[in-house]
This record gives sequence, C-alpha cells and structure tokens, in this order.
Amino acid sequence: MDAMTTAATINGVAIDDGFAEAFPMHGTAIQITAVSPKWALEAARAMTGFATSVIACGCEAGIDCELSADETRDGRPGVRVLLFAMDRKGLATQLATRLGQCVLTSPSSACYADLVGEGRIDLGNAIRYFADGWQISKRFENQHFWRMPVMEGEFLVEAETGYVSNGVGGGNLLFMAGSAAQALRSAEAAVEAMRRVPGVVMPFPGGIVRSGSKVGGKYKGMMASTNDAYCPTLKGVTRSALGPDTGSVLEIVVDGLSSAAVADAMRVGLKAAVDLGPREGASRIGAGNYGGNLGPHHYHLKDLLP
Amino acid sequence: MSALTFTMRAEPDQRLDLSILTPGRLAGLGEAEIAALPIGTTRELRTVGEVFAVAMGDLGDIRFVGGSERFDRIGEGLEAGAILVEGAVGSRVGRLMSGGRVEVRGHAGLHAGSAMAGGFLRIEGDAGDFLGGPLAGEMAGMTGGTLHVRGSVGERAGDRLRRGTIVVGGNAGADAGSRMVAGTLIVKGRAGATPGRLMRRGTIVAGGGAERVGATFLDNGVHDPLIFRLMTRAFAAGPLGEPVLDGAPMRRLGGDTAALGLGELFVPA
Repeated sequence: MDAMTTAATINGVAIDDGFAEAFPMHGTAIQITAVSPKWALEAARAMTGFATSVIACGCEAGIDCELSADETRDGRPGVRVLLFAMDRKGLATQLATRLGQCVLTSPSSACYADLVGEGRIDLGNAIRYFADGWQISKRFENQHFWRMPVMEGEFLVEAETGYVSNGVGGGNLLFMAGSAAQALRSAEAAVEAMRRVPGVVMPFPGGIVRSGSKVGGKYKGMMASTNDAYCPTLKGVTRSALGPDTGSVLEIVVDGLSSAAVADAMRVGLKAAVDLGPREGASRIGAGNYGGNLGPHHYHLKDLLP
Repeated sequence: MSALTFTMRAEPDQRLDLSILTPGRLAGLGEAEIAALPIGTTRELRTVGEVFAVAMGDLGDIRFVGGSERFDRIGEGLEAGAILVEGAVGSRVGRLMSGGRVEVRGHAGLHAGSAMAGGFLRIEGDAGDFLGGPLAGEMAGMTGGTLHVRGSVGERAGDRLRRGTIVVGGNAGADAGSRMVAGTLIVKGRAGATPGRLMRRGTIVAGGGAERVGATFLDNGVHDPLIFRLMTRAFAAGPLGEPVLDGAPMRRLGGDTAALGLGELFVPA
C-alpha cells in the first residue's frame, strides 16, 4: 500500500491526508419510553442489538441519546433510537421486526415517531395485527396511534414515523496506536465526544469496531474480509498501511441522519483523540475509503482538523 | 384587514338559513351582492341586508355580532377560514365542515357539528341533541375534526361518531355516543343513561360517571391508559387549549356487546 501522507500533526498526533468514504442510507428515528430510564434503555438496547453492519445484520442502529421525562411524548423517561438501511423496504422490514420483537415485548414500553422526514414509514401499522382484532386506533390532532392489549396492560405505539433517504452510513475514523490499550483509550474518548452530537449513532459495540473490513476476499462469496492493510500482525507480509510504531488499530463507524451530522461527529471525535495525545492514546489518526469511487460522501480529515 | 362583519339589526321573525355565509361561498362577491343574498326559510323573502348591517372585510374571517336561536346552518360545509358568532345559534352549526374554525359564544341547537369531517368547532354554551351526529336517514356521523362544547349537551351526542374527537365540558344527555363506530367522546361531567348504546368501537369517557350503564357493557377493571396522557397533552397544546382528562385511573367497561362489542366506556374508578 502506498505510504499515507500526513495532513497535520497536532498535539503530537499525526493526522492522515486521507478521507472517509461514506454511502447514502435510508434512516429513521423513533422514541422509546418506559416507566424508568432502565427499562427504556433495555428496550432500546434490545432493539439495536445485532445491528452493527448492514453486511450481515440488515440494518445499522444505535441509541442517539437518552431523553428526560420533559423531552418525551408521554412525559416518561425515554431513549431516541436511529436505524439505517440501504433502502426504504429494508428499513421498513427491520423497523417492524425489531419493534415487534424487542419493544413490544419490553415491560412498560411505548414507542413514538421522532423524525419528520421526507416520507412516512410504518411503525405501529406494521405490527398491530399482533393484537388479533383487539387493536384500537386513535387519531387526534393529526396524530395516529395504535393501542394493543398485551398481558401487562396496553402497548401504545404511533402508527408511522418519518424517514430520510439522504442519511449517511460509513463515516469513520481509524485510531492507530502503539498498543491495544492506547488505541482503546483513544477510541473511547472519541466515542464519548461523538455521542453528544445529535442525529448520529456509532453502531458497533460500545461504538468501536476492532475488525474493520475491506470489500470482498479471497474466498468465494465473501462480501467483506479482514482489512489486512491495517492488521498489525500482518505488517511485513501484506501491503500494510501501518508504520513500525503502530501496534494496534481501532475504528469508529458513524451513521447519521444527515451528512452534516456525520461531519460534526467526526470532527469532535478527531478532536477528542487529538486532545488525549499519543502518550495515552493514538499516535496517528486516519480514515477508511475505497478509493473514492464507491461512496459519494467524502470526509477529508484535513477539513475536520481541530 | 378586519373581519367581514354581520351585525344583527333585530331578532329575526323567521328561521334563517345562513349556510351561504361562509368564506368559500362568498368568494368574489361585493357588499351589495352579499346584502342581496336570500337567507329566509318561509315564503316571506328575507335578505342578508334586511337582517344584518354588513361591514365588508376579510372574507376568510367572518364575524356575527349578535346571535339568535333562529340562526341555522352557520358554517355549514366550511372548508377554511374562521367564523365567530357573538351569541347563540340555531341548528346545524358547523355541519359538514371539513376545515377552518367556528366559534359560538352562546348556546347551539340541534345537530351542532353534524357529520363534520375536519376543522375545529367550539360552542361556549350548551348544545342540543345529536351533537356531531347525522341527520335522520344519513349513515355517517362525525368523520374528523374536533368539537368542543364548554357547557352541557343533549341526548345522543356523538351518534355514529366514526373519527375525530368530541369534548363536552359539562354533562351529556342520555345515550351519549350511541351507535359509535370509532373516535373519542369525552364528557367531563356526568353522562345520562346508557352511554355508548349499540356502539361498535371507539372510546367514551364519562369523567363524572353515568346515570346508568347498559347491561351489555362488561367490567374490564381499573386502568390508566397511556393514550389519555397523550390526548391531554395534545389537546392542551392544540386549538382546544386545555387538558381534557385529569389523569386519574378509570374503570373500563367494554361494549356494547349487543353490537360489535369492541368499544370502551371509562367511568371513575
């Protein structure tokens, strides 16, 4: 692999003169509420579990933010969840499945739309027949809800939510450090900062992915395989992108409801890692791309410098 | 621009059909043409100009200064705009309206909001029988919009209600919500006998209880549906401008099992 040039070195951290390449995704947002923050989070975590990558999960999802009782539709604690898929049909399928299996089933939960997008997508409309004829439709003040009797009492869900087709998936940052501990500290600091940006989620465990991938592989049928250029144990035996000082790499993938939100998240993540410095964290920060020919969204690190 | 104003000269000597005095039907007319419009309902011709002093203004904002129980069909078929009546009205105010806003600062007669499909109708005083309901022979009652009566209403309020919300600040007469198909009827005060008679679906809330509940309603126990919290918030923030429920748990009665039986009547626990 060609040597990456450095755009800048700030606080001792080298920042590649590269860019993250991201793709258009359909995205939606919902609000899950419950009797307590604990149960709102339980439902949200279940719903966004196994939603790290569209490659195998069908969607990418995560928790955008926790909501206080003052911020939710029904005055109870809640969580805002974002969900992304490659097209509207995939988004609708994943939303309905996860709503039915993870939110409907969670004690005390209720679910509402939390996005006014370019179009509408089924929420409660998609699962109301679970009530087997006992579902109750309620329309008032331009809102439409379904009330579904369940063993606990009643599940309340809004009929539809909004979606956008100009969401962005695949914004990313690569944290290259001397050790795995340093890489993790750097990525953790970045994730913590990025979580404060509204309208984005980092769908991998804890917001961090250790097994970044490249497109395809040597084996037939593999859509993706390990990104050997960034695997530190393969330095010397593959066309490595890593220098001799790099002993570990972690990645943050970020999806957002808009390109601006993804750029903002990457900017604050970059700053947090730079502020941490190379002693505690990463000595080099880069971004993953496919040569710039696949995804229309390019986030150049030199444009996001702190 | 000030409102198009109709000031009543004297109490009319016959019932008047004022359905023509809506923004849509007055569009393009001048003051003289409006004054010449016939509004009588007997063989004695009565024109707008004979009954009202007309002051031209914004056709989308109509105001009646003074009211009468003989003012029938005000705001009938209203699609957009606002109508304010500073006094009482007769029958069928806001009937078949699909948008806009009608406000009556007095009492209303029979069939107020009959079969309305949208918009907002408020009656500051009491309203007569068949609030929001269809006329005899018609199949559909209200299919949308919000109807708010601050006072009490007569019998069979919300008859054949299909969609939309009716809120009654006072009491309701017998058979409130009769033959309801769906929708919501909230009576803050006390409902008369047998609310929800033959209702298929829909929700009736009798905040002050009911004089008598039909035997074909079955006790489902005491509940606190989350939807009430959302309705209270939505109506307080909307044109109604006030909460519709106090948030206390209520006893749910399912019925009318003499019909489809998928409706619900809430009474105090």
